[in-house]
Amino acid sequence: VCIHRARLCSSIRFIKSKYVCVFDKSALKFSHQQRLFRTSAVSCGQIVQFKLSDIGEGITEVTVKEWYIKEGDSVSQFDSICEVQSDKASVTITSRYDGVIRKLHYSIDDIAFVGKPLVDIEIDASKGVAPEEDVVETPPMSHEEHTHQEIKGHKTLATPAVRRLAMENNIKLSEVVGTGKDNRILKEDILNYLAKQTGAILPPSPKAEIVPPLRKTETVPAAPKDKARKIPVSVSRPIAFSGKDKTEPVTGFQKAMVKTMSAALKIPHFGYCDEIDLTQLVRLREELKPLAELRGVKLSFMPFFIKAASLGLLQYPILNASLDENCQNITYKASHNIGVAMDTEQGLIVPNVKNVQICSVFDIAVELNRLQSLGSAGQLGTSDLTGGTFTLSNIGTIGGTYAKPVILPPEVAIGALGKIQVLPRFNGKGEVFKAQIMNVSWSADHRIIDGATMARFSNLWKSFLENPASMLLDLK
Amino acid sequence: MVLQSVKNCLWLSCVLRTSKACFWSTATGGLIIQSVSNDVYQNLAVEDWIHDHMDLEKQQVLFLWRNSPAVVIGRHQNPWQECNLRLLRQKNIKLARRRSGGGTVYHDLGNINLTFFTTRKKYERMENLKLVVKALKALRPQLDVHVTDRYDILLDRQYKISGTAAKLGRTSAYHHCTLLCDADKFVLSSVLKSPYKGLKSNATPSVPASVKNLFEEDPSLTSEMLLDAITKEYATQHQINHHITLINPADETLLPGISNRAKELQTWEWVYGKTPKFSVSTCLNMAYKDSVLDVKVNMDVKHGRIEACNIDLPEQWLPPGLYSELLKSLTGSKFCPNETTTLVTTLLRVCPQDDELHSRWSLLCENMIMLM
Repeated sequence: VCIHRARLCSSIRFIKSKYVCVFDKSALKFSHQQRLFRTSAVSCGQIVQFKLSDIGEGITEVTVKEWYIKEGDSVSQFDSICEVQSDKASVTITSRYDGVIRKLHYSIDDIAFVGKPLVDIEIDASKGVAPEEDVVETPPMSHEEHTHQEIKGHKTLATPAVRRLAMENNIKLSEVVGTGKDNRILKEDILNYLAKQTGAILPPSPKAEIVPPLRKTETVPAAPKDKARKIPVSVSRPIAFSGKDKTEPVTGFQKAMVKTMSAALKIPHFGYCDEIDLTQLVRLREELKPLAELRGVKLSFMPFFIKAASLGLLQYPILNASLDENCQNITYKASHNIGVAMDTEQGLIVPNVKNVQICSVFDIAVELNRLQSLGSAGQLGTSDLTGGTFTLSNIGTIGGTYAKPVILPPEVAIGALGKIQVLPRFNGKGEVFKAQIMNVSWSADHRIIDGATMARFSNLWKSFLENPASMLLDLK
Repeated sequence: MVLQSVKNCLWLSCVLRTSKACFWSTATGGLIIQSVSNDVYQNLAVEDWIHDHMDLEKQQVLFLWRNSPAVVIGRHQNPWQECNLRLLRQKNIKLARRRSGGGTVYHDLGNINLTFFTTRKKYERMENLKLVVKALKALRPQLDVHVTDRYDILLDRQYKISGTAAKLGRTSAYHHCTLLCDADKFVLSSVLKSPYKGLKSNATPSVPASVKNLFEEDPSLTSEMLLDAITKEYATQHQINHHITLINPADETLLPGISNRAKELQTWEWVYGKTPKFSVSTCLNMAYKDSVLDVKVNMDVKHGRIEACNIDLPEQWLPPGLYSELLKSLTGSKFCPNETTTLVTTLLRVCPQDDELHSRWSLLCENMIMLM
């Protein structure tokens, strides 16, 4: 809730400062560009001490736990100012005034006293002493050619922030139906009015300043109405776009990606792609899936791809090697720790299956299940994520055919597997048949691996998968 | 979707026409609702929603809910200080931070939650708890239950069967409390014991208490009986029909915006990020080869992220470049085992491939991760 609050505050802050500028006659001299968010330059209002109001139950003191604003921020009436705690009760203190925060009387963890000042707020001078009710519309403002009038004799109630929003969108408050107390016009009313004009569907607004009490609804719920209004009408009035760029620091998973990929950049990559006919493998897996399920294991295609890769690496060990920093020595790794790229909520992680060279396809499936459940729970350990020697990325589960994978140092090769598609192919007799085709894209470190090696490895891997029975000959 | 909302609407209008005790009606002095969900986040979201949206001037609300295993910490608490996060992760027990103050509780289906919604002016915790005690005594007169001045309900003068917390807003307030019927005391005591040492913080600490289940005292009791007794007492006191309306926290039509609220309560930023600033000052005892290394670690954690970090390693134990990379990576990242694991394993990719170095690195990182 407080995150929403802060964002709402910041957009209103912008509205606020311009508004204050206009009201103050002397400030009309200032151009808009000079106007800053924090109006420390021009102090045109009086400072009011906002006291901590009664909490109830005879409580006299509370602990300040969190500030939602800081000195210099603009606040509107009913915005949250801080959170205080007293004896198991957490209380949200909201502002009674519109204005700018000038002083916080307490720091976090200080004891605050009921009846004593909590913050100092500078109220806009033209309004005199801060009102506790809303501002009633005044005679026309001298703001360009904008006319924003009241109907003679009819007063429209709305807070200054709401008025500003209406003005920015060239809306006459008199045309808007107010749904607040005493027919007060709320921010939602302006947004609904806008939506009606343009036929746009607006997302539910974040917590508004004044939330109308929920009445028993005789009205039909929103969904069907919105559907009818889906066709956009050509926009005649400009809608205020309050979207802002958001900058945040690179942390966590992204930081890790930046490090890995920057290091990978130093490796001269070359690519090699091919197409694999998985028709027989698909059939085989269908047969074996129920057997694996009986043993409590989900069998995908990956265990086959991984095992076939390991069998290939036995013939081409240079693909399971590592080049040292100075490119002086190549280390041929004995273990085939084959990494499997995994997409989690937080980002890309690559756990690896250890010692595939001594694992059966079933063993690999078991281990993959374990890694997958740990990965999605965010509980993979360091040993699962280190020691990889070769990586396969099954991007095809999401989509795609050919890819250009990036090698993960200190490895020297990686393969990206596309999706399995049913395509027409010619068989040995020249007949067209339905084939299950998957594309593979390899990338390798051209400093120690040449195209021929990669091609031969790929052909071997392909032959194991196109004719799964051939794997039987080499299983240990 | 449309059919569902039309159905709801029809049901609502039927209810409106036929029954006095209906949703969001201002006709009666009170409303009793019960959640059909056991998801702690959804139920907390309902509390938020009612607090923000309902006009409680003419009508007060009693909300009944139960959760599948979860630990719920108070608004200003530190989860590392309050519970065994490792155990929670292992056992798949959820962690939630509520918006009210107070201490940490363990919820499971053997625990009933009651929330009393009133206007800010009518906020009165003692009255609510006395209502509960009155209901319990009406059901089982021989039960020795009473309310303490800390707003706990004690059984037999020594066992806590209910804890309280409250939230006050501008115009409305709520007071919620637990009621231990048949909770798993073994899991309760093990998850509420924090293994993390060296934490210094101003977060609200919990006050541990011995607990007992009501069903242990009287095995003939059931949750239904308790809920019935409490709602009957509430209905009497508010002069309304003794009728419990079921509410589905996933119903976006009835509670617009509810799924966003539930989502927000599950974000890392809310659950962990709202932890008041704290520091970790501890010593890692790392057994390496034939000796034991004492490594002093100091970390400042703000908004759940490591603001500053210092690890006192013997000189050259790790190459200086790697050591500074480690500190740099940790600074600014979440005080979270998953994130730290990802970062440290990545760093290993870009450093010299040396077995000795790798084993030292793993040892240090495993120990660091244990702190989180």
